[in-house]
Amino acid sequence: MSDPLLADLDVIILDYGAGNLRSVVRAVERVGARPEVASEPAALDEADVVILPGVGAAADTMRNLRERALVEPIREYIAADRPFLGVCMGLQALMTVSEEGGEHACLDVLQGRVVRLPAGRKIPHMGWNQVALRRRTPLFEGIPDGSHFYFVHSYYCDMAEPAEVVAVAEYGTDVTAAVERGRLAATQFHPEKSGAYGLRIYGNFLREHACA
Amino acid sequence: MLTKRIIGCFDVDNGRVVKGISFVELRDAGDPVELATLYDHEGIDELVFLDITASHEDRNTVVDMVRRTADRVFIPFTVGGGLRSDDDMMLMLESGADKITINTAAVERPALISEGAQRFGSQCIVVAIDARTESDGSMQVYTHGGRRPTGIDAVEWAREVVERGAGEIMLTSMNTDGHQDGYDIPLTRAVSDAVGVPVIASGGAGNAQHMIDAIAEGNADAVLAASIFHFGTHPIMDVKRQMRAAGIPMRMEQADYDDVL
Repeated sequence: MSDPLLADLDVIILDYGAGNLRSVVRAVERVGARPEVASEPAALDEADVVILPGVGAAADTMRNLRERALVEPIREYIAADRPFLGVCMGLQALMTVSEEGGEHACLDVLQGRVVRLPAGRKIPHMGWNQVALRRRTPLFEGIPDGSHFYFVHSYYCDMAEPAEVVAVAEYGTDVTAAVERGRLAATQFHPEKSGAYGLRIYGNFLREHACA
Repeated sequence: MLTKRIIGCFDVDNGRVVKGISFVELRDAGDPVELATLYDHEGIDELVFLDITASHEDRNTVVDMVRRTADRVFIPFTVGGGLRSDDDMMLMLESGADKITINTAAVERPALISEGAQRFGSQCIVVAIDARTESDGSMQVYTHGGRRPTGIDAVEWAREVVERGAGEIMLTSMNTDGHQDGYDIPLTRAVSDAVGVPVIASGGAGNAQHMIDAIAEGNADAVLAASIFHFGTHPIMDVKRQMRAAGIPMRMEQADYDDVL
């Protein structure tokens, strides 16, 4: 099941105590890569690809990243336009500020606020929602527009730069589903829990940067 | 549009699926992991494993099942049965479960809900409620697998568990469970309309129309089914096609992991 192109990639999955890394690790392995789980900043130095997964609350996430001295290394890594994939809280943590449980400064890599989903629907937004592509990028290679991905979140990213939004899901508003800027990509949905197309997201991202 | 979910449920005793399951294509129809893999392939949206093992002294069997499931199944799954502390929850989540579900333990010690929600996030915490509509019309919560009445009103309890941090409610009607004659629509509707979190209807699924009714009339966000899929007489995608034809948004993709990579 190992893909020679991907097997040599140094894929780092950042562990900052958010739990349930196993699904992400297995999904990345399933597409043929050999990821390493790491929590020390030095792991970013040699990485070909960094994946920031995550569930839970924004404040905990930022505190965990600070305690592990990962904040500046992540910012520098992304500023150097090296391949980085954020998932769920790993997307929200990239934003300027999160309103979840007060105001919490985040990594400020992507400009905009993390805000509560609009009232009137069940929260959390939980389940398989249809993802509409705003533009075609390699991340969604081989995935039909309108495919379903698994979401579970109560806050979403209100992006200051709409051009960075590559896909949205309708849930009372156009929820940011995927963003891309250079070699940074991030999804609000969980690709590791989104069946075959979810795995394809990981495969697409890794293949895109294996060639670079 | 957010689709409605069909959730497959397995009762597991000492690592084996109970209730007769007869899939010809399975080498070992009692292996929950093999069944989970098949259901994923057949288009199920989510899975629940309920560990009904009498003794919970030895968790290794369940942990092994959860780990093997996480290795092979790339859709969300929930694990419950005998979880009594946030450390119990942690063990399941670390092993690869996406959510945990608690029932009797939450009634006995409601603080367990908030402890889990604070440590892992509400999205991980599914509170299961077993309820019965009594002859006087009241809706009462039962514990211990539906055997013990609590005197607690089901709608009030649903509101309380959400206040304490439950991210989802799995609602089983003791009146309809096991009859395959349709979900308990009034109960489902009463609870779903009372809370702001998703509600999974459970108990009574016999065909696609029952699921349509639970969603359209009962306002359920998801429907749970055990036995109707277990014999292959109601293929999951057939049920989904009928539900979609009735106007319910459904995910029609099926996971073929070999094909897509």
